[in-house]
Amino acid sequence: MSETKNLVEVKDLKMHFPVKTGWNKTIPLKAVDGVSFDIKPGETLGLVGESGCGKTTVGRTLLHLYKPTSGEFWYNGELVTEKNMPHLRKEMQMVFQDPYSSLNPRMTVEDIIGEPLDVHKLYTSKGERRDKILSLMETVGLNAEHATRYAHEFSGGQRQRIGIARALAVNPKFIVCDEPVSALDVSIQAQVVNMFEELQEKLGVAYLFIAHDLLVVHHISDRIAVMYLGKIVEIADADELNEHPIHPYTTSLLSAVPIPDPNIARTRKRITLEGEIPSPLHSPSGCAFRTRCPYATERCAMECPTLEDRGNGHKVACFNK
Amino acid sequence: MSEKLLEVKNLHTSFFTDSGEVKAVNGVSFSLESGKILGIVGESGSGKSVTAYSIMQILAGTGKVVEGEILYKGENILNYSKQQMKNFRGKKCSIIFQDPMTSLNPTFTIGNQLMEAILLHTDRNKEEAKARAAEMLTLVGVNEPEKRLKQYPHELSGGMRQRVMIAMALACEPDILIADEPTTALDVTIQAQILELMKDLQKQLGMAIIMVTHDLGVIASMCDEVIVMYGGRVCERGTADAIFYHSSHEYTKGLIRSIPSTQNMKQKLIPIAGTPINLLNMPKGCAFCSRCDNAMKICLEQIPEEIWVGEDHLASCWMNVKKQMEQEKVGASK
Repeated sequence: MSETKNLVEVKDLKMHFPVKTGWNKTIPLKAVDGVSFDIKPGETLGLVGESGCGKTTVGRTLLHLYKPTSGEFWYNGELVTEKNMPHLRKEMQMVFQDPYSSLNPRMTVEDIIGEPLDVHKLYTSKGERRDKILSLMETVGLNAEHATRYAHEFSGGQRQRIGIARALAVNPKFIVCDEPVSALDVSIQAQVVNMFEELQEKLGVAYLFIAHDLLVVHHISDRIAVMYLGKIVEIADADELNEHPIHPYTTSLLSAVPIPDPNIARTRKRITLEGEIPSPLHSPSGCAFRTRCPYATERCAMECPTLEDRGNGHKVACFNK
Repeated sequence: MSEKLLEVKNLHTSFFTDSGEVKAVNGVSFSLESGKILGIVGESGSGKSVTAYSIMQILAGTGKVVEGEILYKGENILNYSKQQMKNFRGKKCSIIFQDPMTSLNPTFTIGNQLMEAILLHTDRNKEEAKARAAEMLTLVGVNEPEKRLKQYPHELSGGMRQRVMIAMALACEPDILIADEPTTALDVTIQAQILELMKDLQKQLGMAIIMVTHDLGVIASMCDEVIVMYGGRVCERGTADAIFYHSSHEYTKGLIRSIPSTQNMKQKLIPIAGTPINLLNMPKGCAFCSRCDNAMKICLEQIPEEIWVGEDHLASCWMNVKKQMEQEKVGASK
């Protein structure tokens, strides 16, 4: 394997939110609790997990939409701090889940896509601004005549295209996609997934693709990280993870995905997890998954397993598997 | 042949809005046998939920069934009086909704809401109703039922709330359970739990289930029979195997091609072009023709009729008519 330099390196990222539990008393909600990963240029890392596992918080913390509690984020060899974030925003962008609430209803499409150009002063004349906007719209498959319309005039899939064009406006090298297709209809989902893949081939952007739909994530990602209660429990090549999952949580998560094929659905064995994800306010001691894990031992309650390489970059955090 | 529990015949439901009549359901017919799971699949705006709401008669104020019959054991429920309808809902036919957060009343306890249906539909007294409520909670796998009865919905997680909804729907042992996207708002591992529970309960209690969903994965793992809807019409119906392995409508084919599955992981997805149709502005012919790659002249002009394409398998697509005519020609020339 060729050693390319990492575009994104995240080391022990923590994001704790203070939660008031009484007068003058707060306890930390550990939304993200020590997450490390890296992404190479032009690569897609999928981040999956159930609601409340902290996957969205990881994305938002990277872009300093939240101020991280601790941990380091290196972008292209540069440590990201609050000071250099404004100019780094040109390098990294975000596409949001809800195409309805993430576009300003009072702005025309032209202004929505043009705003990042305004902020970073990426044009010299009005004509250049308009040309750039129109070429962006073409890239994402919108007609030039849509430029003067407002967001409410578009369908969900088209709105998501506007959101993507806005993210692409500054020519970023890294885009955080936070559940970009989960609000879309099945027949539209494929259009947007394909567009993400085509843009990557053309522009060489790297994605952190956050989603809960494992089939979509498997399709688009080179590697996949699985999160549970603020921690990454397994990270591996996308096919490797799907074919040979090691962590008991990953195994049960994969077996819970409804496969659109009646024969497979009839024959395969489901590993149904007991219970539900515990509150991150009172996460269990040791391994967070032990309360639902069929293999849990005493050791799991005492110490927390760390990610260990089991070969070929397949990392797992589990004592017993 | 087992008995037909529910028969929907040529159902037309419209919403009368300021911008005109929206024909949400446009001539849908199907029948449901007792003890079967029927899946209705389609994207938003296909009329799948409105079909379900029409059966329960819980359409929004502007909505109305304008044509057709809904026969429950041979009786047309559209002719029912208010009182008869009250008896039908909850006792004969129950519904669970997508969002367990908003379909429970936040100001009443779980016990109170569970007992309401039991007290209304059976002649149990309060004590007995409470015992029945606790029994139902145990049945759907809620631990510590006595404690839960005193709790409010906000004290429960999403999966627990959906279990409570199911308990409530099944408390009076209905013949039919309509599940409108029951697991869409839930996480995958919780979704698996709820689907498993519904299957178990179906076997145990023997009711029929109408499963309304957009998720082909849920359909594949749950349903005996499947109806595919688009633009308020049925485009294909048949057994789950027929729909998935021998799909005969261009829309169904496109839908199955466009979702990632174990087979097409390495290939590009093949999306369905265009956007879902606007119900205010329905085309004259097949609803899907504007997005169909193989659309012919006749598709724009005339609505295709349902024809048999296999055993227990019907589709309404002109492509099949063309194929059959070609086969006949070949047969005649031989």
